[in-house]
Amino acid sequence: MPNGLIQEQKYGRNPDHDISHERFVNVGVNCGIYIELMANAVDLTTTFDSYVAAENRVEPKQWMPEKYRKTLVRQISQHAHSEVVGMLPEANWITRAPSLRAKLILIAKVQDEGGHGLYLYSAAETLGTSRETMVGDLLSGKAKYSSIFNYPSLTWADVGVIGWLVDGAAIANQVMLCRTSYGPYSRAMVRICKEESFHQRQGYEIVMKLARGTSDQKAMVQDALNRWWWPSIMMFGPTDDNSPNSEQSMKWRIKRKSNDQLRQEFIDKTVVHAEFLDLSIPDEDLKWNDSRQSYDYGEINWDEFYRVIQGDGPCNRQRLIARNKAHDEGRWVREAATAFAAKQAAKKPAKQAP
Amino acid sequence: MSDTSNWPLWEVFVRSKNGLAHKHAGSLHAPDADMALKNARDVYTRRSEGVSLWVVPSEAITASSPDEKDLLFTPADDKVYRHPTFYDIPDEVGHM
Repeated sequence: MPNGLIQEQKYGRNPDHDISHERFVNVGVNCGIYIELMANAVDLTTTFDSYVAAENRVEPKQWMPEKYRKTLVRQISQHAHSEVVGMLPEANWITRAPSLRAKLILIAKVQDEGGHGLYLYSAAETLGTSRETMVGDLLSGKAKYSSIFNYPSLTWADVGVIGWLVDGAAIANQVMLCRTSYGPYSRAMVRICKEESFHQRQGYEIVMKLARGTSDQKAMVQDALNRWWWPSIMMFGPTDDNSPNSEQSMKWRIKRKSNDQLRQEFIDKTVVHAEFLDLSIPDEDLKWNDSRQSYDYGEINWDEFYRVIQGDGPCNRQRLIARNKAHDEGRWVREAATAFAAKQAAKKPAKQAP
Repeated sequence: MSDTSNWPLWEVFVRSKNGLAHKHAGSLHAPDADMALKNARDVYTRRSEGVSLWVVPSEAITASSPDEKDLLFTPADDKVYRHPTFYDIPDEVGHM
């Protein structure tokens, strides 16, 4: 059916549960009513478009075009998956962190990423998709996550560079999303941004220590920068003229800045960070452009980008195996929690209605 | 009961300090209230964000519908006399 209004939605048990859709379902698909509903939907869409264009926020119970809902579910769940998979390359280094201080910090950071995943899954759930469905899609490989996490973290310097570049790029995107038009997504982003800035700074601190260390340490951090630079600037996605969904997302105020705009801002900031430590960015074409007041940069290898997204990156298989293993090995914990709750409930005398 | 699919959704409210009201912070799934509270502590107060937590089963909340928005909230719009600024009090009267 072309119209999402009539399609029955299975909503979560959230108090922001939308009843207006069910009402449409209940009227039955009588032809006359259907035509009336179509006309109504066109009106609703126009009203919705001007509502978001006027910088109003959308909340879960409100009517929204089906495509807006779908776009958000896809984007928010991908974002959540990225937080969850993002724990893997860093968790590799918890046991090998060079000091107790570094270990504590890294554990806290990885724990944050788990929390960020939860905020985002919760936001996506308000749109009527269950947590199990989203997690299932990640585990089966159906859902995508940020391609950056399909690169390996080979040395301790990588942990620093991931915080500096990867979290830095994520922050650029997330700061923009604090003002996204969907209320629950925007609130999750505000919370995430508050925590994320620690991630970038701790990463830069590691980079700084190595860059000011022995020549071996400096070489190690330069090597990490060489490997992570290009994948990091790919994180902003395809160029604007190759990003077909961007325009509608901008119109709906889901996104507030284009991929190229965000990428440029990130590069301009990051070059300063690298220069401060006398590290060189692995791009021969990187040059200050006085007329644009920005850095020009070289051609991005988009073949690599699409190859990694399609599943052929250095670690795609490994990440999914690790994620599935963690999920399977955690099953007994979930089962024990469920069993314990049932036992406790059976012990308690039945509560009387107030 | 093999997995988490029957775990209810809980809404989490955090009081950031005594003297302030509990404010909605987000939601999470948990098998019971105790676990919900423990999870809320781990997820929503890792940086001293609160001194007190509430967890409420989402199902227990009755929410107004957007369809009723006009019915419920617009009658207030034409009752400007409920606001102090509606009344013209001469400056000479001083602070009131």
